Amino acid sequence: MANRITIEVARYNPARDPEPRVTSYEVPLHKEWVVLDALNCIKDHLDGSLTFRWSCRMGVCGSCGMMINGVPKLACATFLSDYAPGPVRVEPMHHFPILRDLVVDTSDFLMKLARSKPWIIRTVEKPMDREYYQTPAQLEEYRQFSMCINCLLCYAACPIYGLDPQFTGPAAIALAQRYNKDSRDEGASERLDSLSNREGIWGCMFVGECTRVCPKHVDPAGAIQQYKLTAATEWLKAMVLPRGAK
Amino acid sequence: MINPTEYLPRSYHRRMSTYWWLARWSYLTFILREASSVFVGWTVLLTLVQIWAVTHGPSANAAFHEWMRHPLMLGVNVIAFLFVLFHAVTWFSLTPKAMVIRVKGQRVPDWAISGPNYAAWVLVSLGVAWIVLRG
Amino acid sequence: MSNRSNEPLLWLLFSAGGSVSAMLMPVHLFLFALAFPLGWLDPPSNETLLALIRPPVVRVYLFVFCFLSLFHGAHRFRFTLYDGLQIKHLNALINVLCYGGAAVGTVTAAYLLWRIP
Repeated sequence: MANRITIEVARYNPARDPEPRVTSYEVPLHKEWVVLDALNCIKDHLDGSLTFRWSCRMGVCGSCGMMINGVPKLACATFLSDYAPGPVRVEPMHHFPILRDLVVDTSDFLMKLARSKPWIIRTVEKPMDREYYQTPAQLEEYRQFSMCINCLLCYAACPIYGLDPQFTGPAAIALAQRYNKDSRDEGASERLDSLSNREGIWGCMFVGECTRVCPKHVDPAGAIQQYKLTAATEWLKAMVLPRGAK
Repeated sequence: MINPTEYLPRSYHRRMSTYWWLARWSYLTFILREASSVFVGWTVLLTLVQIWAVTHGPSANAAFHEWMRHPLMLGVNVIAFLFVLFHAVTWFSLTPKAMVIRVKGQRVPDWAISGPNYAAWVLVSLGVAWIVLRG
Repeated sequence: MSNRSNEPLLWLLFSAGGSVSAMLMPVHLFLFALAFPLGWLDPPSNETLLALIRPPVVRVYLFVFCFLSLFHGAHRFRFTLYDGLQIKHLNALINVLCYGGAAVGTVTAAYLLWRIP
């Protein structure tokens, strides 16, 4: 294996550049290095102005999502040696506005996440002397969807989110399901009210790319299809027993 | 709630390419899967024309058969058959995703839902063929 | 105030139609569009086919086949137009063309099947 590799990074300075441009850097190619190591090497030794988000460097914080050779990946979980001899093209996540270099504006997601009401909803809050009990089987119902680290790789992968800015998107809907399926939660009806529409679950076309890129195996596509089935069942129930439905 | 993105000065909004669906193999198969809807409609059209031909006497029927043998029609129908087949295969492999069935706490695996679907597909197809061919 | 749409009905029709078309269209197309015209299998005579489709249960089968498959295709095609061609502003027109077309096809199927001698 060669001992150096070229990284092509999309740069954008909002004060100076009319549009993003690509700059190439050559960094050492260590067997154990990930793309994040390469970016930090560039920032430390080659170009201190390179701007990018990162934190835990171990795939749990969701900060370092980027397009690496056109695929949404976590920079801390992508080994450079897999791309040898290179070059490796690093760009900001698709479908988000670029603030600077590799940093994108994720406020659209945060606004849409609020629609999912990602918290336990109880009809009556009462003081408790002990926690809510939950069996392992009850936990298993929603555990997979709770693994989401909000890295937004699924949004970068979803063509519907790219084509339709109104679409709520994979992670926000999967997180709604995480709470819908939680035995402690009583807010399923409220969430259906805000998500059972064209911008919510019915906008999804089951491309499935979100599930393919998810680093935590949340399977947002599966969550959305299950949610569609639930919503359709609730709709049928409302048609058949209008007064009986919630 | 106002979307704050619109008010940030000079953040760069990238336009999605018209050819986004060529960028990845999975995007292309998705588009092909969606395109199968056209051939589903085509098949219904063929079925309706055939029903009309069968019920409107020998000359209509003969004309229909001639039309179906035309090379262009055969070409289109080979493509239609491939697309309809693709729809069936993708449909059966995607159905398990919408259903979470648990038996004794364990989630039933995808193949246990697709498998019976495929088996039913074969049985139903053979059944229809038998009914049509036995005379 | 609930913001729930009536999309579930369309999705249920889409799902039913998807299953029906997945199960039945391959064999239908194979027989009538390939095997019989190409002579791989002996086609049944016109009289046989007519006798085959005359019973009410067969007519209902053919109606369900056409109705659900049309709505499945229409639903999918509508989304493809809406998202793929980025012509969202023509949303109402797309809906009318797609579901309207499916409705026209369904009525045609019902008429043809009703009028089998």
